[in-house]
This record gives sequence, structure tokens and C-alpha cells, in this order.
Amino acid sequence: MAVPAPKAKNYKSDIKPVWCPGCGHFAVLAALTKAMAHLGLIKENVAVVSGIGCSSRLPAYIDSYGFHGIHGRALAAASGLKAARPDLTVIVAGGDGDGFSIGGNHFLHACRRNMDMTYIVMDNEVYGMTKGQASPTTRPTWSDSKMTPHGTGIPRFNPAAIALAAGAGFIARGYAGEPSELTRLLVEAIQHPGFAFVQVLSGCVTFRPDQRGWKELVHPFIDDLPTEDRTKAAQIIQADDGKATGVIYAVRFPVWQPENPKEVELSDLEEEFHR
Amino acid sequence: MNNDSQASASDDGFSVAITGSGGSGAVTAGRILLEAAAQCGFQGLMTRSAGPQIRGGESAAMIRFSPDPVACMGDEYDLLVALDWLNIERFADEIPLSAKSLILCDPAAGEIPALLRSNGAEIREVPFKVFASGLPEGRLNMVALGAAAVVCGLELSAMEASVRQVLQGKGEQVVETALRALGLGYNHDHRPRITIPSPGRQDNRWSITGNQACGLGALLGGVRFVAAYPITPASEILEWLAPRLEKLGGSLLQAEDELASINMIIGASFGGVPSLTATSGPGLSLMVEGLGLALVSETPVTVINVMRGGPSTGIPTKSEQSDLNIALYGLHGDAPHLVLAPLSIRDAVFTTQWAVQLAEHLQTISLVLSDQSLGQSQAIIEAPPRCKQSLQRAVERSPGGDYRRYQLTQDNISAMTLPGTPGGMYTADGLEHNTRGTPSSMAADHREQLNKRLRKLEKYDFGDDWAEIEGEGEQCIITWGSSAGVVKEVARRLRQQGEEARVIALRLLAPLRRQRLRQALEGMRKILVVEQNHGGQLFHYLHAQGALPPSAQSLAQPGPLPLRPGRILRALEPENRR
Ligand SMILES: Cc1ncc(C[n+]2csc(CCOP(=O)(O)OP(=O)(O)O)c2C)c(N)n1
Ligand code: SF4
Ligand SMILES: [Mg+2]
Repeated sequence: MAVPAPKAKNYKSDIKPVWCPGCGHFAVLAALTKAMAHLGLIKENVAVVSGIGCSSRLPAYIDSYGFHGIHGRALAAASGLKAARPDLTVIVAGGDGDGFSIGGNHFLHACRRNMDMTYIVMDNEVYGMTKGQASPTTRPTWSDSKMTPHGTGIPRFNPAAIALAAGAGFIARGYAGEPSELTRLLVEAIQHPGFAFVQVLSGCVTFRPDQRGWKELVHPFIDDLPTEDRTKAAQIIQADDGKATGVIYAVRFPVWQPENPKEVELSDLEEEFHR
Repeated sequence: MNNDSQASASDDGFSVAITGSGGSGAVTAGRILLEAAAQCGFQGLMTRSAGPQIRGGESAAMIRFSPDPVACMGDEYDLLVALDWLNIERFADEIPLSAKSLILCDPAAGEIPALLRSNGAEIREVPFKVFASGLPEGRLNMVALGAAAVVCGLELSAMEASVRQVLQGKGEQVVETALRALGLGYNHDHRPRITIPSPGRQDNRWSITGNQACGLGALLGGVRFVAAYPITPASEILEWLAPRLEKLGGSLLQAEDELASINMIIGASFGGVPSLTATSGPGLSLMVEGLGLALVSETPVTVINVMRGGPSTGIPTKSEQSDLNIALYGLHGDAPHLVLAPLSIRDAVFTTQWAVQLAEHLQTISLVLSDQSLGQSQAIIEAPPRCKQSLQRAVERSPGGDYRRYQLTQDNISAMTLPGTPGGMYTADGLEHNTRGTPSSMAADHREQLNKRLRKLEKYDFGDDWAEIEGEGEQCIITWGSSAGVVKEVARRLRQQGEEARVIALRLLAPLRRQRLRQALEGMRKILVVEQNHGGQLFHYLHAQGALPPSAQSLAQPGPLPLRPGRILRALEPENRR
């Protein structure tokens, strides 16, 4: 008997998202469940791990195992899980504040550690959950936050450039307003053996209503991508306006995964202490 | 034989300190002496001390051996072996000498510092350097070791065997030269200092450091994943564990920081693998938020905290029991959890194993408070005991239709499903949640889950292992962790003087077995709480828990100097009693 192909809705849990109507994160959730259905992932073999933020609420909305941890530490929790359970498909989700600010160090080291997992950052250039403060990807002149009434005055963090410099082997950018392309990017990211980073432009309707204008600004990369050439990737990322979408860089680097067959019994290890 | 310089055989054992400047090999000599004492059937303890240099500074090895278990260093040293005099004043506080002591030194090393002359110790000069330079690549620490062995009454054959054992990795040439140097020192002067009869080879003896003992306890408890960031004085636990975890089919991941390491072990434990990290004060401070996550998501993890002088970077290489407060109270919110402390190197195997098993069984966090002096000391002991129980995590392998991860149960422990199990999917959360794990800010859910997390600890029967209690009488010393060693020594001395004293050494600090503790304190007229910190952290904790009568007194002495038996005995003297 043929098993019916899984549908995206099979991967949705029955928990209703807390997100504001119109939030970009809904589209990311939809695209992720579509990607999971497309790949036919066995739900119980998937773990979705996150930190804290509106975006980080995502795991509970997926019908798989989930871990909603603390702010900024999603990649760390996911790395421990993957190290201990290589059999699982590990997907990490979060926001720009979670991943690039408080969790910035883990981002660098997850890129270079290159464990087999997918990292989706829903970038809305703002801290949504704490009601609209500037994040590392906010433009320096954005002054709508009371906390930075003159703007941050600090240049933006370039996630793709940093991922490349830190050693990530898969770097892509998607847009919540282009769900079918986003689904395709996520499918490729999940399939990529190693650390796959997907920055998703996912607008915050509540604190960044200006991001509705992204529709007009987002465009596909014109270059012949993805490339395996790091120098070319660097040039493209540096020249980019931050609104181009597609897979930029895809290379297979050695994947870090501890897998040690058991060789001894614990009692053998005690012998070193005997006198 | 000169009887005047020969102390009588004493069951206090024999205390030796070996000091020298960087590269002089004081610590290597100490290790050989300790191993030789083991060969002769003694038990013993060796602690080390080093100057502030990263590498190559002056260092000291302090050794005490005895036919009986050695709980701590004594009040004074019987023998100081000074390989040279460079920076010796740094160790003056740590190595008390008296007129009963002997100093072995080399006349070629120059004038004996006045500081050492003033205590009236006997001086015995041996030309270490002359002997050593007569041999190609000869080392004066080995000459001194030979001379020291005579003073300690250790047999040459035992010394030779342990030279081979400790130096075997350095090649046959080095061993041969060392043996010749040893022989020269040994045959120079035949007057022993003491005559503790050698017990002869004993079965079932171990030589192990406290850090190794914690590592072994972790493995025995079932730990198969460790993530950690290096820090003194905990790194040896990690260095010992890394290759051994690999052989056992597990792994150790060197994390980018402690924020990562705690979250990594939480992730691994969520995946079903018992997980642990080891750190020291600064690292523990960084981990605290993660500990709360593990606690609320009921993901078991164990953290070994090898305490050093604090706060802040403090005194990284020296011991202090000053992290009790952070371990007990460091978490925000109402966060009941487990805090344990090994009472000796020998006990570190049991306590760490128990801590891991309790964390697994109770699905909570276990903090194990070891310290530098325990962790970095080496002990010759009888084979350590271990947990008789085998506690495990309750895992639901075939969940029914309405699986609830945080189901309220009789013992408040809910079986957890592991990723990969069909039908058991849930999202673990640091947000307060309902029984399904769905985030909830409802008062009823919060209260229910708070109660669950509290009661699973409160209702659990921890049995008799919460403390070691010994002795009778009307005076009692309460202590915790590694200070148990010196406190037990105090009780032993009191018994020798015909006085009774009860010792209560707390192994399980949280949850406090308050009723049991009060029972053990019944009828005590004098209670002294002894610990190695400045603020009397245990004393105040016990008071806050209503476990102490108002008359109880505190003896709190901060690191880095070890608590010595004499100091505690003085605090117990009648004029100091209320
Ligand atoms: C240690 C800690 N600091 C601060 C916070 C408060 N906080 C919660 S979410 C958040 C920012 C979330 O922003 P982002 O990751 O971009 O997610 P978004 O809500 O925009 O999707 C902050 C600062 C916290 N939960 N924990
Ligand atoms: S605040 Fe912004 S990011 Fe958060 S749910 Fe609302 S729209 Fe989405
Ligand atoms: Mg954001």
C-alpha cells in the first residue's frame, strides 16, 4: 500500500502561534513545514531548537521534538543535542537579536564547528518580543526606539559575511514574502551536510511597519550562484544591498560529529588507580 | 642511631614538604615519595602549591602519610626538604615548622633564610648538588629524595620502584640516572627521623586525585557527554575524561564558553544522554541562567564546580569553600535543586556518582562542590566505595495517546520521552508551562509546576547518605565538603585526649535534611560550624533553615591557607565555650 505523501499541515502542532497577525514569522513556519513535508522527514526524528524572541517561539508550533531554551543559546543547545544524537535532524530557529547579539559568539563557533544542522534566522532588524529595540542588523539611523532615540549610530552586522568568515559551508538568504523560494532554500539547507545558515528577511509588522516596503526592495541575486569560491562569495556579499535572495555559497566541508565506538568497559579504566 | 632526633612512632603519621624553584622537580619528588609510601602500605595525601607564575615558578609538594587514612595535612611538618631557597618565603605560611621539625638542605644553596632558622628546627645538610653533578644529567631532586627517604623511614626498594613508576615515560636513561642519584642521597646519612612501622604491601589500595575521582564518579553515574570550557582548577577533570569518554563510546566537546557548555549539556541530556560539565567559580557564574533552564524544563544535568578563591577571578590556584551561596541561591525564581559536596578524595567517587544519578532520577540539576585542595591533591586510599543504588531517568518509550511530559504524578516525577520516540513529541521549555509543556502564564499552572518541582525533591527519600555522622558526646562540629577531613582529624585528636565529639559532615546541602540534622544535634551543648570561607556561608544557611540553636558558633576561615586541626581545637577549648 502506498504511503500518502506527507503534507505540510501534518507537521504543524495544534498550538496557536502568539504572533501578531501579519508577522513574517508565520510564513517562515509555513515554509519550514512545507520543506519538511517535501523531504518526508519523520517527525519524531526531528528536533527544532530555539532561544528567546518572537521568532524563537517556532518549535512549539511544529509537531516534532522541540527545545525552547534561553536567549541566545539555541545553537549551543542544538550542538550538544546533535553531538549526543547524530541520528536526529536538527533545525535551529531564532531571531536577529537572539542569534547575532546575545548569541553572537555561538554563531561564530557553530559556523566553524560545522555540525550537521540548519540555522534559520528570522531577521526583522528589531527586537520584536521586547517591543521594538534596535538589533545588530538595524540600520544606524533608525530612531523609532526610545532606547536609541538618535539611532544606534553603529554600522550594521552583516550576517552572511560573518558566516562566511567564520567558516560556514552553506549560506543563503530568503524572504518571508517569497514563500516558495524560501521553501526551496530550506529544503536545500536541510539537505546540506554540515552547518547551513539561512537568513530570512521576516518583517515585524508591529515595530517595523516600514518593512512592508521590502516587497519592492527584495530581488534575486543576479550572479551565477551558489558558488563554491569563497573569494567570489565574499565579493558578492560585500557588494550586496542585503535584500538579494538565494543560495550564495555551498561547499562541503568536513562535518564535525563525535562518533566513538565503545572500546572498553568502565571497570578497565579503573585499573590505572590500582596500587 | 641518634635517639634524640628520632620522634616516637605516632599515628599522626609523617608530614613532609618539598620545595624548590621552577624546574627543580619538587613536585616530581613528592609524587615519588607518595607512591613509595603506598608501596610500603601507607595511606597518604599530597597537595601542591605553586607561585603565581604560569609555568616554571617555585613550587611545593606537601605530603602526609600514615598507616591510617589521612584526612588532611597536619599542623606542622616533620620534614622540609629544601631543594633551594629561592622564594621560599612564599611558602612559609603554608609549611609551618617547629623545633621538632627537620630541615634537609644543601650547604651549596647558600645561607638558610632567617625565617626558617627562627623556628628552632634541626638542620641536616646534604650536598645535593655535589652528588648530582657527579652524575651525567644528575638531578639534585633525586639526591634529596634519597636523603628524605631515610628520614621518613621508607625502604630503598620501595623508593626505587616508585622512581621507575613515575619516571617510566622519560626513558631508561633518565630512570637509571635518577636511581643512582637516589642511592647517593639514601646512603649519605642513615639516621631516620621516625619509626612508623611499614604496614607492608596492602591489597585494594588506590592512588587517585580528587579531580580524577570526580571524573570517575561521573562515568560511574552514567555520564557519556561532557561539554566544557577550560578553567583552573577544574581542567584536569576534563582532561582525564576526554580520552576515556571516547573509549566508552561517549564524547567531550570543548565549548566556546561556559554559556555554551551548560546549554550544550542540556541539549545532549534532552537527547537522552546523561551529561555533565565541570568548571570553577567564574564559569559557574556564567552558567546560572542555563541551570534555571535545565531545572524548569526538567532536563537533568550535573555541574562539578571546583571551588577556588573568589569572588571574581579571585585566587585561581588556591582553595576556598566560598561558592556555597551561589550554588544554593544563585538562580532567579523559586528554583529548588540539588547541591552536594564530596567529603574527601575517596568520597568524591561516590558523591559525584550519586549526584549524577539523583539528577537523572529527579530530572533536575545537581551541583557538586569540590574544591582546589581536594581536586588537585593526590591520595593513597583504600578502594573508594560507590553507590549501591542504580537510579535512572524515567523514560517513556511507548507513550500513549495523551502523553503529557510534565504530568503530575505521585512522586512528582514524570517520565520523559526522548527524541526519536513516536507519539511522544513535546517542546521542552524554559517558559512556565502546563502538564503538556505548552507555555502558560496562568497562576494555576505556575503553582502546580512550582509545587511539582519542589515536592519531587522534598518527598524523595535520600536515605542515610546526606551526611557522615560519627562520634558521640555533647560537642559537635558541623562541616561540609573537603573541610570534613580536618574536622575528622580534630575529633580523632579529641578522642585521643579522652574527649568525645560528634562530627556531622554534610554531603547533601540541598535539599537540607533539616529534621535529620536536628535529630543529630539533639543533646549537644556546644555546636561549631566549620568551613573555609569568610562569610560563614554554611552557618548562615543552617540558621536560615532553622536547623541550628542560637548558641551555635561559626568558625569560618577563608582560603587560601588550609584549615588546620589546631585552629579548630582552639575554637573548641573550654574558655571559648558558651
Ligand atoms: C538574558 C536575557 N536578556 C534579555 C531578554 C529579553 N529579550 C527577550 S527576546 C529579546 C530579543 C528578541 O529579538 P529577536 O531575537 O530579534 O527576536 P524577534 O522577537 O525579533 O523575533 C530580548 C532582548 C531575555 N529573555 N533574556
Ligand atoms: S512583535 Fe513583530 S516579530 Fe513579534 S510577533 Fe509581532 S510582528 Fe512578529
Ligand atoms: Mg528580531
